Amino acid sequence: MAELSYRDAVIRGISQEMRRDKNVVFLGEDIGKAGGVFKATVGLYEEFGPLRIRDTPISEQAILGAAMGAAMTGLRPIAEIMFSDFIAVCFDYIANEMPKISYMTNGQVKCPLVIRTGNGGGVRFGAQHSQSVENWTMMIPGLKVVAPSSPVDVIGLMAAAIRDNNPVIFHEHKALYATKGEVPDGEILDTLGTAKILRKGKDCTILALALMVHRAIDAAEILARDHGIDAEVVDVRSLVPLDTQTILSSVAKTGRLFTVEENPRLLGWGAEIASIVADEGFWDLDGPIVRITTPHIPLPAADHLEDLALPNAARIVDKIVRVMNR
Amino acid sequence: MAKSIAVENDDIGNDKRLELWRKQVEIRDCEKRAYDLFLQNLIKGTSHLSLGQEAIAAAFGVAMQKGDKSFCTYRGHAHTLARGVPMEAMLGELMLRDIGLMRGKGGSMHLTSVEHGVMGSYAIIGAHLPIACGSAWRAQYLGEKDVTVCFFGDGTTNIGAFHEALNFAVIWKLPVVFVCENNLYMEYTLNADVTAVASPAGDRASAYGLEKIVIDGNDADVVYRSANTAIEKAREGGGPSLIECLTYRHSGHSRADPGKYRPEGELEKWKERDPIIIYKQRMKDFGITDAQIEAIETESKRKMEHATELCKASPPAPVELLTTDVYADGGWAWRN
Repeated sequence: MAELSYRDAVIRGISQEMRRDKNVVFLGEDIGKAGGVFKATVGLYEEFGPLRIRDTPISEQAILGAAMGAAMTGLRPIAEIMFSDFIAVCFDYIANEMPKISYMTNGQVKCPLVIRTGNGGGVRFGAQHSQSVENWTMMIPGLKVVAPSSPVDVIGLMAAAIRDNNPVIFHEHKALYATKGEVPDGEILDTLGTAKILRKGKDCTILALALMVHRAIDAAEILARDHGIDAEVVDVRSLVPLDTQTILSSVAKTGRLFTVEENPRLLGWGAEIASIVADEGFWDLDGPIVRITTPHIPLPAADHLEDLALPNAARIVDKIVRVMNR
Repeated sequence: MAKSIAVENDDIGNDKRLELWRKQVEIRDCEKRAYDLFLQNLIKGTSHLSLGQEAIAAAFGVAMQKGDKSFCTYRGHAHTLARGVPMEAMLGELMLRDIGLMRGKGGSMHLTSVEHGVMGSYAIIGAHLPIACGSAWRAQYLGEKDVTVCFFGDGTTNIGAFHEALNFAVIWKLPVVFVCENNLYMEYTLNADVTAVASPAGDRASAYGLEKIVIDGNDADVVYRSANTAIEKAREGGGPSLIECLTYRHSGHSRADPGKYRPEGELEKWKERDPIIIYKQRMKDFGITDAQIEAIETESKRKMEHATELCKASPPAPVELLTTDVYADGGWAWRN
């Protein structure tokens, strides 16, 4: 057991899998000699060398295209898209190519690869380097989508993503890179498609993802301490596959559902879950499903404005108290 | 007697020539049959024919070895057949029948046959050039000796992925051959009207440190020589090549296009340079007999008629296929 940062967990997860399987290769901008702009790939170039850790030009289409071609023909590439906002310049591969090749070819071709990308806000980078775009990837059949909130989950889900035979979008949260957590020694392998109950509670269920998990936990502590509301916090972790059983079971127990989403309002991941719970868990509900999201705006750079935009513990508490006491 | 000198110094040989002829004729027959099947409403959706462009796919098909990988576009019937895919598997996919290469799940624009090295037909312009780089990267990384060949049209040279892929292939010295089939029209628009340079691929080559190679794409011998040189260079670790093949499509861009934007007489002029006509004369110049030529034509027609009957008799795919192979486990589950 050791304390590890989220950033170092990325390195450990990738290293663990690259030591295990020589077909795992890694490409992206500044990932090798420079150690990554978020310092989340430091040491990989030194350990695995330039043939397995490949620095690329600023060519996101070529990065994802090359990863796909290599995956189709036998390798297990990891591709980094530095900021998740840049997914927009190579979206063809994420929307049209990788997720459809198995289906279109009637299963002749597989595409086992991982796209790692720095997602989310809170770091004052402004509207083009701060977005939470997990819903851009969640909506496409054929992809898997994960967004870990802790170092141990980063390692275990990274290992599972690399070993998976599908294209997996791995959203790392930029504001979490410096955060730390306890991590066991030895190999860590988790399971895609599993949510985790991080705090047990009986009065309401709060679903959250990545950075918002930490804020939901903070909110739950305040709700318990100041308002006598015992909230259950579920870290969704994996949007596709989605662990609806854990979510529906929690709602069956608490009768109340809140989602805490960093994405702008429209069609955020919580909307789909709200729809599922409305369909399948309606008779368990004692009140409306309420989504707590970033407003439907681009993110501002100024710290006081960005802090206003993203859901935080105080806003989560305020919303839940008002809805629960109504 | 220039002819006899050519024959004496023949670097191709008549066995290969008969193979080049067979592939060109089979592609021509299948493309014409595809057109006929449209008119009978037996092919649905869209389709993009290579009538007039057969020499390129045929020559590369002969030059490529088993195990080499090819990537092509939505105009990919020819390149699929050229790798040895049976006619009924190709035509059956166009007809969206169970006998088709992907049992109707992909359709005309996504022909794929991994066992023949046909790694897919891509319908988003330019997308497959970086993907071809990835295939070549895998070969390089694993020390495998196969070469990746990537076909595309002149219109592709104006999309970003083309440029990203060329740069990538050169900096990593990848075993990939890029083949631009310049048929003059991007879709309905003359490519020259929207392109900064006269040779859409050739004139871009120097920007990536590559040799400018622009060849007659309607002469299968010329294409075959160029293909061999580039493929062997790639196989020996010499890196990528970019070959621009000048050609002309006899039909419109797609099923929906009668090609009315072309100036009067242009099609007729190019039909005089029909690769089939050119090659028939070439074979005769090299002493191949009419009987040998006709035997291949007859056999191709027989195979095509047989394939057509097989396709017509094939049922549509079972409805269970609707949800298969969305994910690698064979299913489509996105939740528990």
